[in-house]
Amino acid sequence: MTELTDLSLAAIRDGVAAGDFTATEVAGAFNAAVAEANPALNAFIVTTPDHALAAAARVDAARAAGQPLGPLAGVPIGMKDLFATRGVQTTAASHILEGFVPPYESTVSQRLWDAGAGMLGKLNLDQFAMGSSNETSAFGNVISPWRATGDTAQRAPGGSSGGSSAAVAARIVAAATGTDTGGSIRQPAAFTGITGIKPTYGRCSRWGIVAFASSLDQAGPMARDVTDCAIMLEAMAGFDPKDSTSLDLPVPAWSAALSDNLAGVRVGIPREYRLDGMDADVAASWEAGIAWLKDAGASVVDISLPHTKYALPTYYIIAPAEASSNLARYDGVRYGLRDLPDGASLQDMYAATRAAGFGAEVKRRILIGTYVLSAGFYDAYYTQAQKVRTLIARDFEQAFAQVDVILTPTAPTSAFVLGEKSADPLEMYLNDVFSVPASLAGLPAMSVPAGLDRHGLPLGLHLIGRPFDEQGVLNAGLAIERRAGFAARPDKWW
Amino acid sequence: MSVAPADVAKIASLARIRLSDQEVAAMVPELNGILAWVEQLGEVDVTGVAPMTAVIPNSLRLRDDVVGADPLTGGNVRDAVLANAPAAEHGFFGVPKVIE
Repeated sequence: MTELTDLSLAAIRDGVAAGDFTATEVAGAFNAAVAEANPALNAFIVTTPDHALAAAARVDAARAAGQPLGPLAGVPIGMKDLFATRGVQTTAASHILEGFVPPYESTVSQRLWDAGAGMLGKLNLDQFAMGSSNETSAFGNVISPWRATGDTAQRAPGGSSGGSSAAVAARIVAAATGTDTGGSIRQPAAFTGITGIKPTYGRCSRWGIVAFASSLDQAGPMARDVTDCAIMLEAMAGFDPKDSTSLDLPVPAWSAALSDNLAGVRVGIPREYRLDGMDADVAASWEAGIAWLKDAGASVVDISLPHTKYALPTYYIIAPAEASSNLARYDGVRYGLRDLPDGASLQDMYAATRAAGFGAEVKRRILIGTYVLSAGFYDAYYTQAQKVRTLIARDFEQAFAQVDVILTPTAPTSAFVLGEKSADPLEMYLNDVFSVPASLAGLPAMSVPAGLDRHGLPLGLHLIGRPFDEQGVLNAGLAIERRAGFAARPDKWW
Repeated sequence: MSVAPADVAKIASLARIRLSDQEVAAMVPELNGILAWVEQLGEVDVTGVAPMTAVIPNSLRLRDDVVGADPLTGGNVRDAVLANAPAAEHGFFGVPKVIE
């Protein structure tokens, strides 16, 4: 029999329901895989084997009693450590929240537990989800399970959901939650040869997710294939009165409606994404993606998104501005770290606490955000950026009058070596060049594995859809998945 | 626009983040690099364009204006609210003395 940890989320759920194996056996197998791999990969900040076993025991008892099982019954997952989990430390990978134990559960994680999933642990990430390589975590780098051919250099799992991507790729979780502000689900998925979708802004409740940039933050699933993503997203999404921007819409049965027949579907190829000096393998995988979608019955249309080059600078005003406001709550009074030097005043305590608690990238973004929101600069930076954001969203609106889904590469390169880009913040920011525009427009977007580059490292293809059209994105993703036949996985060196 | 060390110190003070002189000096070129890069937005013609307020049209809701609408924060949960406080004293958040 195949190892339980090699099974997809759907196969685990169905196998538990059919009685081929018990949820407890599945949880035990994944707990063992986590214990074996985590010292090498550092994908988890804390592991919670008891949570996984308790959830599994409930599922096994429910099955024995003949009760109906949830859509994720018996599936052990990893939870990005940005989701508040009752009774389990939640840090956002920052020293300032070290030891914080929420007395409440985030809406998305609660929905997953209600669906029958269990938690293997809290996954590492870039600090406050600010980063593209997982190198800003206060709990150490996550090491990608992938290595280039003939090379043992440690590579980035992408970021900010780098613990999630590494754990799914290493087969030590069946699936994981991610969050995406400018690409934090899609870029790590591309770097590690897995699948991840950011739904339309408002699909998944933000309640109980540590806030980074509230107008951009969206949760989504990261899993081994498109079907698993669809199943998990159905469990995560849904209206929540506790989030003022939650969409009051029914959750479609995405997994039941999956189809790779794209007859009549028009796919847009944005010419502005063809960057000068584009990596040859990335360009080739984009061409392959176009051919696969045509093979599935789609027609291909060249489109223009004229404000694409302004998306990254727009993002790097809006996201830090929102972050500087959201992170004002970390003051050393109500929760988290407090640094109180001898004789310090209240103001000194705030400044000392935040100096000691925040990492360098978080400080950098808070300072940028404070500057662009400050008197005299607000209009020139922040208001101008929000106007350009309107134009970027309008570009997409106009494109979607002509096409149904847009295909681009997910990231400009495959996974880089840790440390290679960390010296220059701007160079790191450029990693999100293809993912940020969809975030600014609140659109559903996903990354699916396309193949390996000349170094033997995964490349992803990126699909962007109309607002609320996760189905169109998932179906195009499925068409690519079935034709790419991506079966590569990292060698187990840990 | 570019920032000088005094500007960075001012921003850090507004953001309540203590920075040493060396940290300010290191931050100046980093912030200036980022600011010079985002300045390209100035070349976009935004005549008649309204700033984005919501990417997905949505109407904001108000909950009922009643005590205890949210059982997590609605009252009688003092111990839970204080559970993570670095210095909870006598049922309050403790802070350094703010009045003489």
